[in-house]
Amino acid sequence: MTSILDGYAAIVGEAVIDHLRQLAAPLKGMRVVHVNSTREGGGVAEILSWLVPFKQELGLEVSWEVITGEAGFYQCTKSFHNGLQGSPVAIPPVLLRAYEQTNADNAERLRTVLEEADFVFIHDPQPAPLLRLCPNRKGKWIWRCHIDLSRPYRVVWKYLREFVAGYDASIWSLADFVQPLPHPLYLIAPSIDPLSQKNRELYPGEVEAIFDRYGLDPGLPLITQVSRFDRFKDPLGVIEAYRLVRTFTPVQLVLAGGGATDDPEGEEVLREVRAAAGDDPDIHILLLPPDAHREINALQRASTICLQKSIKEGFGLTVTEALWKGKAVIGGDTGGIRLQVINHHTGFLVSTPEGAALRIRYLLKNRRHLEAMGRKARALVLDNFLVTRHLREYLTLMFATMHAGTDRIEL
Amino acid sequence: MELPFLIKDCTLIAIATGEEAHNLREFSDRLKTIHPGCIYYHFWGGMLRPSFDEPEYPNDFAAWAWRGLRDKRLAERLAIIDPSHYRVIEDLRQELIEVIEERLAESEWVPWARSGQRFKFIRSQIVVLDTGKRVSQPQEMAAQIAGLSSGSVFYHFIDARRRTESGRSDFAEWLQAEEAEEYSELVRQLNAIDPYFTTLSELRRELALVFQPYLVEGETS
Repeated sequence: MTSILDGYAAIVGEAVIDHLRQLAAPLKGMRVVHVNSTREGGGVAEILSWLVPFKQELGLEVSWEVITGEAGFYQCTKSFHNGLQGSPVAIPPVLLRAYEQTNADNAERLRTVLEEADFVFIHDPQPAPLLRLCPNRKGKWIWRCHIDLSRPYRVVWKYLREFVAGYDASIWSLADFVQPLPHPLYLIAPSIDPLSQKNRELYPGEVEAIFDRYGLDPGLPLITQVSRFDRFKDPLGVIEAYRLVRTFTPVQLVLAGGGATDDPEGEEVLREVRAAAGDDPDIHILLLPPDAHREINALQRASTICLQKSIKEGFGLTVTEALWKGKAVIGGDTGGIRLQVINHHTGFLVSTPEGAALRIRYLLKNRRHLEAMGRKARALVLDNFLVTRHLREYLTLMFATMHAGTDRIEL
Repeated sequence: MELPFLIKDCTLIAIATGEEAHNLREFSDRLKTIHPGCIYYHFWGGMLRPSFDEPEYPNDFAAWAWRGLRDKRLAERLAIIDPSHYRVIEDLRQELIEVIEERLAESEWVPWARSGQRFKFIRSQIVVLDTGKRVSQPQEMAAQIAGLSSGSVFYHFIDARRRTESGRSDFAEWLQAEEAEEYSELVRQLNAIDPYFTTLSELRRELALVFQPYLVEGETS
């Protein structure tokens, strides 16, 4: 057995890995290409950073391509992202032209590899037009939507729908996010990699060291939200919840976020967050570089409670990460957080800063309950949200698209 | 045994149909026409989905009646429908419709789902793979059963009910094919396991218990 697979087997058991080998065997040698728009930062890049080597270990010929563009392209795709999550954005035609031209330029570079592939997975709207730009494609093309499209701004969706309708299938994180399209709409929840720097066990002392490094007080309960500085993550609501708790009990707050290279709005939100925090010494705003995975790991492990008070959320991988570290999570009652925060079992779902404050106070007061929730949280992720389950579904989907129209596929 | 038991495994992939219901009238109308795979998925698919404790309601229809519509009476009536009693999926569909139409008839208004709680109809494709493991005697099965994956338990104990002529598990089919009197009690006990209102790990435990006496016999003979 190879080292990567050994590592996963130690966590999920040999039987799960054997199952993956059996599923992958008929797909050995198939050429698979994943395409997205950033190599670092954000959930998609993180998923691809384990998915690609894992599939390679199982014998598939997998590559990961990244499309690149100028500022106009990223402004446009950020507006898409906001629009698809419901914000009524107006996108100037010049930005739409930049979007289409960027895809045309990248298609020139990638066309051969994409047209030759047996499977092409296109992640999110950024590279969606590539399908039309590869007319001699021979494989199955699948559009992977990581975004909550439950209530999109219709103008934006109408524009993008034209690019994604022609795919052989699409993948969605939750049934609630799905928009009708004329092809099979597969449902696959994302996952985390327990062997990654962000999720693996740390050396003794690494967690404790985080208090010194960021000037935190080891004697105070630590409430942490790890996420991009994005309005949908409601960092201002988190500060409000902290202040409500602070009225009753001493506590410190960490808002830790990195910037993704495809998110130009982060700076503006960060300024608003800094203004809201003012000069409170117990609010720590940490702008971490994209490779600060071990720091995030240590911060989550050092936390008493983790928050993800999003107003809109795709799946919420930071929730999965916190649950995996045995932390109860207080999360916004939205999107994929609902699938992971099982109310009263692995944490609490809340809709307001007041709700978040109430649950923080409750858990700080009831430490046994907090610990019991942490144990359940880790068990939930072990059974459902690790990369092994995710990969199994990807492999299953590959068979399913090869046998479209058949409900039962016997290998 | 003349024929070995081929241990298989399976995995489901869920497919959103794009069909949804905002209220009970729409729900009933959609049920009349949706893909039969949706009925199967919403009764049985939960066993292979993320869950924590045993769910309050054993099928998605009953769960939605409570969480989406806040109609406890309807939720209870839908929850008690046991899909393992229906050999044909269309009969199960008809029973569902009957229960819902009855509820609509006794209601003065059509119950609407809360915001964000529309019912989404989902179906699935199943991929079946051969594990390569073969079992030739019940004694061997007794030794293997505790190590079966959830997918194997689902395939041989749940999915078998729509594949086999008897509508029972693959284990019972295999043993009955021998027509050996010595296994009739084992078959009876296997058939007595209720596949509903439970989880796959609990089913595996029940199966292991039923096969347990044969493990002892095998070791001592």
